[in-house]
Amino acid sequence: MSRWVLIAPILVVGALIAVFAVGLRLDPSRVPSPLIDQPAPSFELPSLRAPGELLSERQFEGQVSIVNVWASWCVPCRLEHPLWMDWAETSDVPLYGLNYKDAPGDALAWLARHGDPYQAIASDRAGDVGIDWGVYGVPETFVIDATGRIRYKHIGPLDPTSMEETFRPIVQRLLQEPTA
Amino acid sequence: MKLRAVLAGVAFAFYGLAFAAPENLSPEQTERYHSLLEELRCLVCQNQNIAESNASLAQDLKRQVADMLVAGRSDDEIKSYLQARYGDFVLYRPPFKPTTWLLWLTPFVVLIATLLIAVWMLRKRRPEPTSPDSVDREALQRLLDKE
Repeated sequence: MSRWVLIAPILVVGALIAVFAVGLRLDPSRVPSPLIDQPAPSFELPSLRAPGELLSERQFEGQVSIVNVWASWCVPCRLEHPLWMDWAETSDVPLYGLNYKDAPGDALAWLARHGDPYQAIASDRAGDVGIDWGVYGVPETFVIDATGRIRYKHIGPLDPTSMEETFRPIVQRLLQEPTA
Repeated sequence: MKLRAVLAGVAFAFYGLAFAAPENLSPEQTERYHSLLEELRCLVCQNQNIAESNASLAQDLKRQVADMLVAGRSDDEIKSYLQARYGDFVLYRPPFKPTTWLLWLTPFVVLIATLLIAVWMLRKRRPEPTSPDSVDREALQRLLDKE
C-alpha cells in the first residue's frame, strides 16, 4: 500500500512527461491530408499566362510532377521561391503552379520580378480548386506520381533542409517506381 | 447608461452581420447552415469554428456550405465533402474509428481508472470497527457523574 502511494505519482508524472514530450513536438498547424494516395482532384482552370487555354489534372498523367500552390500576396512563398527557380534549372521533374486566389495581373508582375520556374500555371481566382485540393495555407506543394495520384504534400514554405532531406528524396523514390 | 445601450446595439448589429446567412437560403436551410458552421473547424485559426472565423478560407468554406445547401445536399453529404478534403480534423466531433479511439476513449479510461483506484484506497484505509470487548460501566458512570 505505502509502496504504491510512493510509486503511483512517479508513474503518473512519467506518463505525462512522455505525452508532452511527444505532443509538444508535433506541429498542430500541419494537418495530415486525407488526399494522400488519392487521385489528384480534377479541375479545369484557365492558364495564367494564356487565359484562353484550359489546364486540367490530365496535365500530370504519365510522369511524376510537382504542383506548387502560391500567390503574389503570400509572403512565405517568396521565401521558398529561389528553391523552385533552382528546381526548374536542375531537375527534369516538371513543376506546375496553382495560383491561388490571386489577381492575374499581380501574379504575372510577381513572376516578372522574382522569376518564373513553372511549366504551366493554373489560375484559381475563386479558390474553389484550392478547396477541392484541401489547401488551407499557402504555400503548399503536392507531389503527384506517374499514375496521377497525390503521394506527398508539404504544407508551408520549403527550406533548403526540408527540400534536401525530405522533399527531393521522395521525388527521387517516385521516379524509381515502375509506371503501371 | 445611454452609451452602454448604444454600444450594446452596435455590438449586436455586428454580431448579426458576422453570422448572417446568405439570403438565398430558406429558413430551414439557414438553421442548418448555422449549425453546420459551428461544427466545422477552421484550419487557419484552428481553435475557431468557421462560423466565427474571418480567415479568407473560412469565408470560402461558408460560401461552399451555402451553395451545397441550396443544391439540396444533406448535412452528412456536406460534412463528408469537407472531410474528404481536409480530414477528420475539420470536424469538431470526429468519427469514432481506430485513429480516434485514443481521443474518444481516454477520458473514460482515466475516469474508470481513477474510480477503481479511489475505491481500492478507501477500502484499504477503512479502519477496523473498534468496539471494546468489555466496558467498565461503573468507571464510565463515575466519569459522567463528575460532570
